[in-house]
Amino acid sequence: MELRSNVPTGPIEKRWEKHRFDLKLVNPANRRKSTVIVVGTGLAGGAASSTLGELGYNVHSFCYQDSARRAHSIAAQGGINAAKNYQGDGDNIYRLFYDTVKGGDFRARESNVYRLAEVSGNIIDQCTAQGVPFAREYSGLLDNRSFGGAQVSRTFYARGQTGQQLLLGAYQSLSRQVNAGTVKVHERHEMLDIIVVDGVARGIVTRDLVSGEIRPWLADCVVLATGGYGNVFYLSTNAKGCNTTATWRAHRLGAAFANPCFTQIHPTCIPVAGDYQSKLTLMSESLRNDGRVWVPKDPGDATKDPRTLADSARDYYLETRYPAFGNLVPRDIASRAAKKVCDEGRGVGPAVDGERRGVYLDFADSIKRLGKSKIQERYGNLFEMYERIAGENPYETPMRIYPASHYTMGGLWVDYNLMTTIPGLFAAGEANFSDHGANRLGASALMQGLADGYFVLPSTLAGYLAGFKGPRIADDHADVKAAVGRVNERLKRLISAPKPSRTPDSFHKELGRLVWDECGMSRTAEGLRKALERIPALREEFWNGVRVTGTGEELNQTLEKAGRVADFIELGELMCIDALNREESAGGHFREEHRTDDGEAKRNDEEFSYVAAWEHSGDLSKPTLNKEPLTFEYVKPSQRSYK
Amino acid sequence: MDRALTLRSTTVGIKAIMAVTGAVLFGFVVVHMLGNLQLWLGAAAMHDYAVSLRKIHGVLWIARAVLLTSVIAHAASAIALVRRNNAARPVAYKHARRDQATNYAARTMPLTGIVVALYIVYHILHLTLGVGVAAHDPQNPFNNVVHGFSDWRIAGVYIVANLLLSVHLFHGGYAWFNSLGLSNPRYAGMKRMFAVGLAGLITAGNVALPVSVLVGAVQPTQETFCSPELGPCAAPAVEPVR
Amino acid sequence: MSKKLNLTLHVWRQKGPTVAGDFVKYAANGIDDHMSFLEMLDVVNEGLIGKGDDPIAFDHDCREGICGSCGVMINGVAHGPRKATTACQLHMRVFHDGDEIWIEPWRAAAFPVIKDLVVNRGALDRIVQAGGYVSVRSGSAPDANSIAVSKNDADLAMDAAQCIGCGACVAACPNASASLFTSAKISHLSLLPQGGPEREDRVRRMVLQHDAELFGSCTQHGECEAACPKQISINFIARMNGDFIKTALTANSSLKSREGQ
Repeated sequence: MELRSNVPTGPIEKRWEKHRFDLKLVNPANRRKSTVIVVGTGLAGGAASSTLGELGYNVHSFCYQDSARRAHSIAAQGGINAAKNYQGDGDNIYRLFYDTVKGGDFRARESNVYRLAEVSGNIIDQCTAQGVPFAREYSGLLDNRSFGGAQVSRTFYARGQTGQQLLLGAYQSLSRQVNAGTVKVHERHEMLDIIVVDGVARGIVTRDLVSGEIRPWLADCVVLATGGYGNVFYLSTNAKGCNTTATWRAHRLGAAFANPCFTQIHPTCIPVAGDYQSKLTLMSESLRNDGRVWVPKDPGDATKDPRTLADSARDYYLETRYPAFGNLVPRDIASRAAKKVCDEGRGVGPAVDGERRGVYLDFADSIKRLGKSKIQERYGNLFEMYERIAGENPYETPMRIYPASHYTMGGLWVDYNLMTTIPGLFAAGEANFSDHGANRLGASALMQGLADGYFVLPSTLAGYLAGFKGPRIADDHADVKAAVGRVNERLKRLISAPKPSRTPDSFHKELGRLVWDECGMSRTAEGLRKALERIPALREEFWNGVRVTGTGEELNQTLEKAGRVADFIELGELMCIDALNREESAGGHFREEHRTDDGEAKRNDEEFSYVAAWEHSGDLSKPTLNKEPLTFEYVKPSQRSYK
Repeated sequence: MDRALTLRSTTVGIKAIMAVTGAVLFGFVVVHMLGNLQLWLGAAAMHDYAVSLRKIHGVLWIARAVLLTSVIAHAASAIALVRRNNAARPVAYKHARRDQATNYAARTMPLTGIVVALYIVYHILHLTLGVGVAAHDPQNPFNNVVHGFSDWRIAGVYIVANLLLSVHLFHGGYAWFNSLGLSNPRYAGMKRMFAVGLAGLITAGNVALPVSVLVGAVQPTQETFCSPELGPCAAPAVEPVR
Repeated sequence: MSKKLNLTLHVWRQKGPTVAGDFVKYAANGIDDHMSFLEMLDVVNEGLIGKGDDPIAFDHDCREGICGSCGVMINGVAHGPRKATTACQLHMRVFHDGDEIWIEPWRAAAFPVIKDLVVNRGALDRIVQAGGYVSVRSGSAPDANSIAVSKNDADLAMDAAQCIGCGACVAACPNASASLFTSAKISHLSLLPQGGPEREDRVRRMVLQHDAELFGSCTQHGECEAACPKQISINFIARMNGDFIKTALTANSSLKSREGQ
């Protein structure tokens, strides 16, 4: 497979403009003759569908939720970055570009990142015009805050619900196009396969989740904006329904999957309370501004009331190890440090499966210093949320936190036009791999989703469609029938496993635990090999023993889950293969074998400054590795240091 | 006509019609009560009040027409909304829905509305037309009232009906602002006070009348009156004035 | 630490939209009181699948109270007994050992039951499609700071914009009215200058759509506000009413002609 990134040349600040000019346009009269399928209605999918509809294309949009407004972008709390420099603190496009490349530990494409920074300002303009109620100052102008350790205040926010407000903005635009008749939204429809005709993506096969109807949808091109695969860990901050099926089906048909081992762990989530736990809840990282992280020095103190432990019995491990940044070290470092102290047996909170996985985030000192009312003003809603879930009052006893899977930087490989290695198949938002490298900065996910949807895809898709000369096809085309047949066959296998004995969730939990242990916050060659031995066996057990009740011709949530778990098992294997291959530590990927003398992540730029784009070979355990070399013309790779 | 159609054909519009007609009727109830309080000023005052109402001839009929229209529009709107609202939940909760915020007044609006409507009919038959009242004397509204209220059953009907009316007026007075969109957050807390205050005052006045007759504080008068505005005078008094 | 609860559940089971449903009794034993309500249902469902029975279907997704997917009547109260809390964020510690819990789907003509506790809330989408947006093309927006918006208005707009579209207001309303939902969207946009030019058009079209979906009328009971997991104020309904009446009385024919669009 040849990876053609199609990155324009020339000075980086002119590349997008030049590229856009070079892309062909589609005559307005011809647009309505072009049909575009967009799977997913989150920030990327919703924004793309509405913009393409507005341009006059005939758009079909799909989501598994009961409404386009419920895509998981809605749960993002913190904010969205943009190089507006409204605060006059020296921000500009280049600085946002620089921070993002560096934050991604030099594993992203410079041109893509620059484009992202370039359109970031337009996103804020667009969303404000849509009526997104961003926070404002008393002057009536937009407020900003500094986020995730950034040295400039470039984050725009809407209380703690920025993702919700941005998504509703996109959803409203989408609704406007539905009203105008340019977009048709198909809710409660899950994409289960892609129709590829003569090597070109020409449609999808969906299952109507209410009636169970399997049917093909044909189009001139297909956009996957189906989010990340964080639920491979079973427990994550993703919504329960988030899945990799769309991206994985594309991979099985020839789309390269890039850097699957780059997953992000968020340090401040509410810890697991029991084996029944179904998901993890993230608490805004801003809590680390005033909370102090600690664990008991002596594992014997783990079950004691934390308030009774003297300062001398506490280990404020972030403050001692990283005196310069203290409790505000980046996400990956804070996460690994928490794992380390828990591995040492010093974790706190309830024991689940015999382990205590939690560290204290203590506000007692801040409350003493600033007063309870000040803390309440800053974090009141978060404290309330914690109390609701954990049943403890964080004003009185320290909060307990633990890292959780939060975002996946890896995804379908795409070129500069966001097209995958299957012509006509595009991937946007978290579903692609393009902009965050090995680690995503806070408040950048929303920015990327909207950049792809509002500004990038509408141009690049036109470029593709203008030159598109695919044959007219109908439902009776052999390739269409084959795709429908594949889906039916697979569903039948799920419903009629030879020895049904375990629920889909029990398989998912086992997979999640395994991948979390061996391919989570820190990885070793030994552990990854262990996982790679177990996963194929688990896959076999799954197809042999998954128990799905009911039929395919009705609303059947067990069947939905089973199909998603099946794909997660296959993806989990690829994640471990990729993690084993990448003999370095970069961003969210930390290999125990590759660290500096003082225990920090150590990159290997000489051998691994490339994107690992995996191609399905027919044997799930032996995918083919393709490498897209990464070159850095503007931001020279350097070691991250937070000591 | 288009504009009125939009009002009449939407839930928000129908509620606005109910609010406006409700306000008219609310206003009438206030004026009516103030007029009735003249019972305490004696029979002559009541008589003069009745005469003065007739003297502004056209106005009385216009007022009656407005009131009748309001009652009909109010009731018709209520019926339309109740039907619509019942249809909005054709399958009821099998395990009953539990109210979290609704007060007694809001919950019983249709019921108190029906009671008030029946009460109005009864009230007109009893005191305006004197149907079935042997001693009814159009020239002497004071005695008509006092004789009526001397019967504890009739007084009881008036007292109970007025208490229910107050419940109706309370929720009406409260919801009125919201239905017409006159809700400024700054004064939101005062809506309830306004509704309680006004409904309370009206009830206090209206209930005080039968009570004051029942306890004997107001006695029938022996005076006779004759004003042509109130119709033909009765036969001369049987007993001459002593 | 955690307590174990033994509960009796009465769950509404209904095979499909046109089939009659009824409550079915289940024992939920050994429920950890730290579980969320939906995790409790997960546990019951795992048991049902283990026995080869059809698990209870219910809508859910983010499980952190923001997507608006979940929502059932729990003992006659939308989203259950805890104020300002969605069903997914409700934890079992609000219940006691031995409790009976009745779980029923939202009920409204506009929300037909699909299966068990799952209902179709597409009517809410159609209300937004009727006009719940600002008509701005991608890429044509002026600089975000070119229009200053008073902080008060922006904050109030945000109060309204928080709606998660779960439908609890409809479920809790004695009249199955979606006035709170509709008014929250209308108010969010009309409070901001960006939403100003389409304000009259929007309120007319959205109210007409609300009615066309067979929702009931608002009678100011306040049940919606009490049930709303985001505590959206009933005052927004007043705002919608005011806007609507004003435009109904002053609308000209060109505005009216847009209603059918």
